[in-house]
Amino acid sequence: MRVNWRLTLLSYTFLAPALILLAVFTFYPLAYGSYLGFTEYGGARFAQGLPPRWVGLDNFRTLAADDLFRTSLLNSVKYLLVVPALQLASLAVASLVNNSLPGMAFFRAAYYVPVVTSISLAAVMWEWVYNKDGTLNWVLGALHLLPATGAFGWLNNEGSAFWAVMLVTFWRGFGYYMVLYLAGLQNIPAELEEAAVLDGANAWQRFWRITVPLMKPTILLCSLLSTIAALRVLEEVLVLTNGGPLNSTYTALMYVYFKAFQGFNFDYGLASAAGLVVAVVALALSVANFRLFRDSSGENS
Amino acid sequence: MSAVTQAPPRSVPQRRFRAKAAKRAGRYVLLVVILLFAVFPFLWTLAIALTDKRAGGSIYDFPASLFPKGLTLLNFQQVYQTFGLGQYVWNSISITAMTIVGTLVVSALAAYPLARFRFPGRDLIFAVIVATLVLPGETTFIVNTLTLQKLHLLGTHLGVVVPTVAGAFGIFLMRQAFLSIPQALLEAARLDGASELTILTRIMLPLTRPSLAALAIFTLVGSWNAYFWPMLVLSAAPDKVPLSVAVLKLKGQFNYDPFNIAAGSLIMMLPVLLVFLAAQRLFMRGLEGGVK
Repeated sequence: MRVNWRLTLLSYTFLAPALILLAVFTFYPLAYGSYLGFTEYGGARFAQGLPPRWVGLDNFRTLAADDLFRTSLLNSVKYLLVVPALQLASLAVASLVNNSLPGMAFFRAAYYVPVVTSISLAAVMWEWVYNKDGTLNWVLGALHLLPATGAFGWLNNEGSAFWAVMLVTFWRGFGYYMVLYLAGLQNIPAELEEAAVLDGANAWQRFWRITVPLMKPTILLCSLLSTIAALRVLEEVLVLTNGGPLNSTYTALMYVYFKAFQGFNFDYGLASAAGLVVAVVALALSVANFRLFRDSSGENS
Repeated sequence: MSAVTQAPPRSVPQRRFRAKAAKRAGRYVLLVVILLFAVFPFLWTLAIALTDKRAGGSIYDFPASLFPKGLTLLNFQQVYQTFGLGQYVWNSISITAMTIVGTLVVSALAAYPLARFRFPGRDLIFAVIVATLVLPGETTFIVNTLTLQKLHLLGTHLGVVVPTVAGAFGIFLMRQAFLSIPQALLEAARLDGASELTILTRIMLPLTRPSLAALAIFTLVGSWNAYFWPMLVLSAAPDKVPLSVAVLKLKGQFNYDPFNIAAGSLIMMLPVLLVFLAAQRLFMRGLEGGVK
């Protein structure tokens, strides 16, 4: 290829703002943050203007011995339970709205509204739903699913707070994945469905034998996205429970944030190390997700 | 006679029709149940925000609080005045406007050479931008706040905006749009002696207005709703926080008034809701593009 230097210079001039910003605010923090994970930095050291001090694996040893970190990592992993629920529900809802009954456009749009709701607003609204005197208890009481004395604050109870927060994640996510699945569903040729109907396949069989196999790429994409999002959950717990009660909703990224920015002893080194652990787990889960879906699609082909 | 012979064939389709209608009704019941799950919190917040609290009563008085007796806009006025919401509205507008302008400029500039020129390093740069989508950035917010502090941007709106404007999504979107413009148009402009910057601003951008609008709308919603990053950057500048952060602060105030908070939350949601209603097709299609 003959290089046109004028054009090359021009191209790089146009690309410069994006490249500089990406370098400074994405790649540099990735590299420097990883380095910080192996150093002592923050607190008094930072206040005195001293540079990070290399401590090798010390931070990771500290993390391994820290009950709070283990709890937080475990909670983050436990949070992955939202993934299958979210994916199954959004795929089912997508199938439900994937036809041209009157009013369907309205339902699709309405289901998407939680996606464009900010977490702050979601926090305000859901706290009223979860309140001891809130709507959830009222509905459960009206349906006689809850004894009159059984009303409690869903977010203040050690046993329920985790699930209550997860339901908000579910609420904010299902419209998003529904749209992704809807796009996938509309790519499925109608003839396939029709042929299956002629062959006497019922709706359930058609769903499992046609829809799910053909949707595998979309399912992979969506579960990958929601796995990583679930592992990194931070805002929901921050605004709804602040990690409580009794650390039952304390997640790994919350640990990173609190170690780095809360209290008097900003510990950037330890926080970065914790961030690295979460990043490694996220990468491993992505790889596992890929493997899982590639292997199972290999069986079908 | 004829009625008797005709009766059986009529009843079969009728039964089938009835089964179909029942199935359809069942489907709508399901749709409405999911609808309630999706929008109930909004409806309740709306009801609380519009309730005339002077009549007394608690928000937790079911089902009465879902159907307020007296409607009023007083709560909106009150929350706006007593909490000085105007300041936060301005903060949100300032941060969001800067983010949109920055994102559009940076994305369009970067996308143009990536879409239309061949130059050494292009594929590598493209790969690097793709990589940002998959790299786990759990520690970036720590280092970025340190960087902002060094640049004296911590606690400023610019500090919230600058790290967020260069993103793969915007660059991809604009690159796709630029790829669809016919080459002949560019050649003609070049023959007329137009510079590349002129071609970008006078030909490419006007022709890709729908994509620019889409990017602007997505950025608006994301930036207006953002909570964690602005909260972090502006933690030492409480006067500069956007609505998304301020609304949660209202909740912590000791003169906690749920009616006012509901009104404040809706003031915050309103722009996004309007944009969404106006551009919902675009939202759905923009996402669908990610799958195909």
